[in-house]
Amino acid sequence: MIRRILISILAPLLAVLLAFSVGAIVMYILGENPFYVYKILLINSVTNINGWGYVLFNATPLIFSGLAVALAFKGGLFNIGVEGQLYIGAFACAWFGITFNVHPVIGIPIGLLFAMIFGGLWGVIAGYLKARFGAHEVIITIMLNFIAMALTNYLVNNPFKEPGQINPIPQTKELFSGSIIPRVYPLFNKFGVSLSSSVPLNYTFFIAIVFCVIVWYFLERTKWGYEIKAVGLNPKASRYGGINPSHIMILVMFLSGALGGLAGVNDVMGYRYRFLDGFSRGTGFTGIAVALLGKNNPIGIVFASILFGILDRGALAMDVFTNTPRELIRVIQAIIIIFVAIGNEFIFRLLQRLERESE
Amino acid sequence: MAEYILETRGITKHFPGVLANDNVEIKIRQGEIHSIIGENGAGKTTLMNIIYGLIRPDRGEIFYRGKKVEISSPSIAIRLGIGMVHQHFMLVPPFTAWENIILGKEVIKNGVLDKDSVCSELKRLMDSYGLSVPLEERVEDLSVGIRQKVELIKLLYRGAELLILDEPTALLVPQEIEELFEILDNLKKQGKTVIFISHKLKEVLRISDRITVMRRGKVVGELEREEANEETLARLMIGKTLESPQLEVYERGEEVLRLEGISLPPKLRNINLSLYKGEILGLAGIEGNGQKELLEIITGLLRPEKGRIFYKNREVQHLDPKSLRELGIGFIPEDRQTTGLILDFTVAENIILGRHDKEPYSIRGKLNLPTIKKTAVDIVKDYDIRASSVDKHVRFLSGGNQQKVILGREFYFEPEVLIASQPTRGLDIGATEMIHNLLLSARRRGMAILLYSSDLDEIMTLSDRVAVIYNGEIVGILSPREIDEATLGLYMTGVRKD
Repeated sequence: MIRRILISILAPLLAVLLAFSVGAIVMYILGENPFYVYKILLINSVTNINGWGYVLFNATPLIFSGLAVALAFKGGLFNIGVEGQLYIGAFACAWFGITFNVHPVIGIPIGLLFAMIFGGLWGVIAGYLKARFGAHEVIITIMLNFIAMALTNYLVNNPFKEPGQINPIPQTKELFSGSIIPRVYPLFNKFGVSLSSSVPLNYTFFIAIVFCVIVWYFLERTKWGYEIKAVGLNPKASRYGGINPSHIMILVMFLSGALGGLAGVNDVMGYRYRFLDGFSRGTGFTGIAVALLGKNNPIGIVFASILFGILDRGALAMDVFTNTPRELIRVIQAIIIIFVAIGNEFIFRLLQRLERESE
Repeated sequence: MAEYILETRGITKHFPGVLANDNVEIKIRQGEIHSIIGENGAGKTTLMNIIYGLIRPDRGEIFYRGKKVEISSPSIAIRLGIGMVHQHFMLVPPFTAWENIILGKEVIKNGVLDKDSVCSELKRLMDSYGLSVPLEERVEDLSVGIRQKVELIKLLYRGAELLILDEPTALLVPQEIEELFEILDNLKKQGKTVIFISHKLKEVLRISDRITVMRRGKVVGELEREEANEETLARLMIGKTLESPQLEVYERGEEVLRLEGISLPPKLRNINLSLYKGEILGLAGIEGNGQKELLEIITGLLRPEKGRIFYKNREVQHLDPKSLRELGIGFIPEDRQTTGLILDFTVAENIILGRHDKEPYSIRGKLNLPTIKKTAVDIVKDYDIRASSVDKHVRFLSGGNQQKVILGREFYFEPEVLIASQPTRGLDIGATEMIHNLLLSARRRGMAILLYSSDLDEIMTLSDRVAVIYNGEIVGILSPREIDEATLGLYMTGVRKD
């Protein structure tokens, strides 16, 4: 048991190490100094508290989108539509925030609820069409992504465009203060941890962690989680066991969509305090990689999200402080992720075999 | 030329917790049909996988035509002339038969597959062995028996001299088995050597020249056909003698399940059947005559077009499996791995399947893990399920233990009616006996059991009455004590009808 835990911690660590080595080789071939580049990357992300603030801020929406993908996976569905659910959820909570001026104690939970319900309803379209007509959820969710992006683009350009806006990218007006999720630096500073007030990390991160626990509990400890996993593993046996796979599909897509909707909250309620057109730039798709890397496990998803957060933060720093072209940074980022994925599987199997042989 | 085409010496293979092969020595003569028999888990398949290069042994040597060989992969085995038909076929379903046969040994002309020369060669090959398959049809449209022939032709096309058949009859109906045996005899006449893996003693005695018996990873006997009979083989295989179960006869109880005019054209026509308390009603029929549909209708997975089903005088044909289970009807589905169990769930999780949303297993939606575990531990103990813990995934259990998980689950709630479909298919003698005893003791307690099986021995020994289905109709309800298997066969093939 202890050995198994050791393996599951050691495998991804070694994988990251391997990935960084490969990234270094690529950089060297392209004429960069890998030590310098990595130094910049790390100094600005993990070696100081402000860096961590940015990393966790970046990780927050990824945790939600990773959970959304993972939950659907458990139920045997491939939700490619998190990006669309994210936009719908983001717009829903933004609409609530710019329309109703209420006390934060009510405003924040209702904002979250709006993101969940509308994200969930957007997800459920695919779930219903699959359950009712057998339409493949991958196609439906991809198409719904386009629709969601176009729909929010229309809304933010027309009825909800901020009056007298100067910013070239369309956006809504600012949320009332009642729907704003505060940043965490005042709390940190109170306990003597100096976190700069420019760090955008806000309480959405802790909400994401709470949702990791909720999703884990839901899947492992409730009858609904049991039914979702049963249908995901074997729909035929589940039917024999009195579970209706169609109902489960609809439920799974609602919950997955709800988590997808929450992935939009960090930016709208916790950072910009408005809906900015096209703000996500693929967070929903990255969730697929996060879920796979984290092996659909909530704890794994947190760590995978943090890795992506580090790389995103590092990429920004590399762009600012080195001459490495921006495109190359993206390449290195992608290579590292690919090698973490490969290495994770490879080392996991290697260690498993060692364990088996030592028995 | 060496007398033995294949010889193994001292083959030993450990798996975690089991010694799968312990110093195994077998000798296969050129041109014979050699059976290797043993219970599930006796090490037959491991040995064959070693010979075919799929597994490396810890120790031991293999001699092929007198020469020591290192078989480190199946491609080496194929080059030597060893071919294997696995229990689960290795075919690509959407490909046609000829495409499957040449896969891995394609003939190319001008950069494209040379279909004409391939097919003419295959026709020649089929003629010389008396084997024939529709080359142009897709494998997914072919029956299991034909698919097996495709596998055999595939081996012959690759020039196999030694053919290993792992449980080839497990999925075949009696007619197909007979046809397979004719093919094997033909192969023998042409000088091929066959290793036949099985645990069905009748078949082994029918086809073999020599028989090697394995038990717990060891060779425990090597017999000429003339020296062997069912009893000696069974004793060697399981290490004790078997008693065939005796059915105590008594008055049957009240009617609990009644089918009235069930129809589902074109599969089923006007089925009328009654099931009484404390009886086992056997259902016999050649596969594809409507029994699958009939069982699915009774278990609520399929709706009949016409007709009614009464459970204790209550109409139930419109209910789903869950509601039927709650009324007291238990099911043992035909395919335990795809329908009966969720292989990647633990023993405990499988045991609550179907009751997982009821108290005491879940309370207001929350799973009650201690109670679930306790029930599972009880069932594991009562039914002697060999699993290191109830948290083990059922995928890692043997077939017999998997079936016991299903029986344990269904019996735990004492249903009044049990619908059992092929409850012992693919199980070894020991596990089969155990399942039979469980069914008989349930009958003694007053359970009404509908038993469908393709094993006629099983139907004849366990049933109080046998209903025969042919072409979607019940053609006779017979008493197994008044008829023999041959008469039953006449009903099953539609020759006789009441």
